[in-house]
Amino acid sequence: MNVFDALRIALRAIAANRLRSVLTTLGMIIGVGSVIVLIAVGQGTQKGVQDQIRGLGTNLLFVRPGAAQDAQSGARGAAGSAATLTQTDAEAIAASGIPEVRGVAPQVTFNAQAIANGNNIGVTLIGTTPAYPEVRSAALAEGAFVTDLDVERRALTAVLGAEIARALFPDGGAVEQTVRLAVGGGRTGFNFRVVGVMAPRSGSGGGEQDNYVFVPLPTMQSRIGFQRSAAGVVLVNQINVQTADGADQQRAALAISDLLLVRHAAVAPDFTVQSQDDLIGAAGEVSRTLSILLGSIAGISLVVGGIGVMNIMLVSVTERIREIGIRRAVGARRRDIVVQFVTEALTLTMGGGLLGIAAGVGIAIGINGHEISGQLMTTVVQPWSVAAAFAVSVVIGMLSGSYPAYRASRLDPITALRNE
Amino acid sequence: MIELQAVSRHYRAGGEVIRALDAVDLSIAAGEFVAIMGQSGSGKSTLMNILGCLDHPTGGRYLLEGHDVGKLSDDARARLRSRAFGFVFQSYNLIPRMSALEQVELPLVYQGARDRSRRAAAALQTVGLGARMRHRPTQLSGGQQQRVAIARSLVVEPRVLLADEPTGALDTRTGEEVMEVLRTLVRTRGITVIIVTHEPEIAAFTDRAIRMRDGRIVADERVA
Ligand SMILES: Nc1ncnc2c1ncn2[C@@H]1O[C@H](COP(=O)(O)OP(=O)(O)OP(=O)(O)O)[C@@H](O)[C@H]1O
Ligand SMILES: [Mg+2]
Repeated sequence: MNVFDALRIALRAIAANRLRSVLTTLGMIIGVGSVIVLIAVGQGTQKGVQDQIRGLGTNLLFVRPGAAQDAQSGARGAAGSAATLTQTDAEAIAASGIPEVRGVAPQVTFNAQAIANGNNIGVTLIGTTPAYPEVRSAALAEGAFVTDLDVERRALTAVLGAEIARALFPDGGAVEQTVRLAVGGGRTGFNFRVVGVMAPRSGSGGGEQDNYVFVPLPTMQSRIGFQRSAAGVVLVNQINVQTADGADQQRAALAISDLLLVRHAAVAPDFTVQSQDDLIGAAGEVSRTLSILLGSIAGISLVVGGIGVMNIMLVSVTERIREIGIRRAVGARRRDIVVQFVTEALTLTMGGGLLGIAAGVGIAIGINGHEISGQLMTTVVQPWSVAAAFAVSVVIGMLSGSYPAYRASRLDPITALRNE
Repeated sequence: MIELQAVSRHYRAGGEVIRALDAVDLSIAAGEFVAIMGQSGSGKSTLMNILGCLDHPTGGRYLLEGHDVGKLSDDARARLRSRAFGFVFQSYNLIPRMSALEQVELPLVYQGARDRSRRAAAALQTVGLGARMRHRPTQLSGGQQQRVAIARSLVVEPRVLLADEPTGALDTRTGEEVMEVLRTLVRTRGITVIIVTHEPEIAAFTDRAIRMRDGRIVADERVA
């Protein structure tokens, strides 16, 4: 008996039980398909988060108030040590002469309402200095950013993120228009003159930053709101530090850390210096966990599909013990019987596997870039997941065909023939 | 050619031992045409199954052309079944979904033979089923199914043909035609043919009649 005979016999047996074969194959299709889709979604999410962090700019270090989370307890550092980062810290970093540092831009962040043209939308209001666009690699579409003069005069000037400009001034021409920026439910609010509009951030990480509105840092502190340290120094939420291309970020982080420790006269850091790589690492951890979770769920459905095939093969072999007896009586060796049933099971599982791959890859590519219940789907089909899903379907085929067939082939022909 | 030495086949059923074959000695030479007769339950089918390597004796030795069959591997026994023996079962034993032609091709598939469909068609022609080759068992009469089974046993050109009541389901005329075919095979090709039958008219075609009772051979007559 050769391969073609085995295949012919298998196809006939499959065709003879069409509905059963279709249902069995469906189990494999769903299992293999969901493995590919869910892994693609997990990987896509991971890539999306990374893109978002990379989209913040390049060569960035972020200095934030408060000690880093304690690795062991997960608790924050001692209370009172939080929120001590000041504008003068930012100036000190800029003036420190640390060779890796190229630019420094502190920022204070508030949630605010922007009102213009009868439109009222929620925005993230950022008070910062003229260095910001350079440090964060943000480009302007129109007009200019906050200038040194604006900072000096605490001018009521604002720069709109691309999305905000589009929402408030759908017809364009935002520059030189007036926007009312209000916080605290509109109790505090001032009219600002729009001096510039940011270019949209490209890439999937751009969305958030397109909803920013920038004002001069002193304006923010005097008009909108601020926090002071115990010593009466005005606090900032974050200091953005740009390092030179190819500079050693870890060394820069250490130097900044040392400088701030001395300035704060503290033994343990009451601030955190994080690089983009740190953020990508932390976010990667989360999305990896998500990937593993999704992969496991899909894996379970594949196993369930596999058990379905095994079940069907057991039933199918048991039903056909008499046929096995006849085949043995006319000269089939044990291995011919095993080959016959393994071929049958492999045809089912590999057929299901290939269809599942087609369906999975199709769905993964199909949903990429589309919104599903308000969530933008990013999918990255992993070649290894395709290979693994196919390999699993082959293994399931081998197992589910060989075991029952092996059992049946151990019977004496006459015992098999007497089976009803 | 065939030599049984004190061959037994015991079944254990409900604590009781059934001696389907009880220390049978038998020797059959190549080219003999033998009929096995006896009452229902006397052990005829059991004997045929053991001769055809479909079943293992529980005692004694079975020598085929001087080789102890009991010592053969399972693969070697499968090889004997596919090349040396043709077997016709009392209950046809056809595979439900297959056409007559495919049934007859089956032994050739396991031999890895070429030219299968031509040989299978020729064998069906011999038993007068040339016009029923595409029919499935359910589309054939009992006698036609019996003849498909005979064609399946003949297609490999066996050295020994074992037929358990090959004419049981056939009318007298067809039965005699089948017996003529078998007699021709014995005479022209020197095949050894062993059949089980209840009918003396059928046994009359053969050269030797073996009579069984309760798992033993009670008579062994050569017809002139
Ligand atoms: N698998 C089995 N288990 C138990 N007893 C069996 C089994 N097969 C056969 N027997 C017994 O062995 C004896 C011989 O059976 P066998 O089939 O050889 O009879 P037979 O001569 O072919 O009869 P028939 O003419 O009705 O076909 C019977 O008594 C039967 O009950
Ligand atoms: Mg019988």
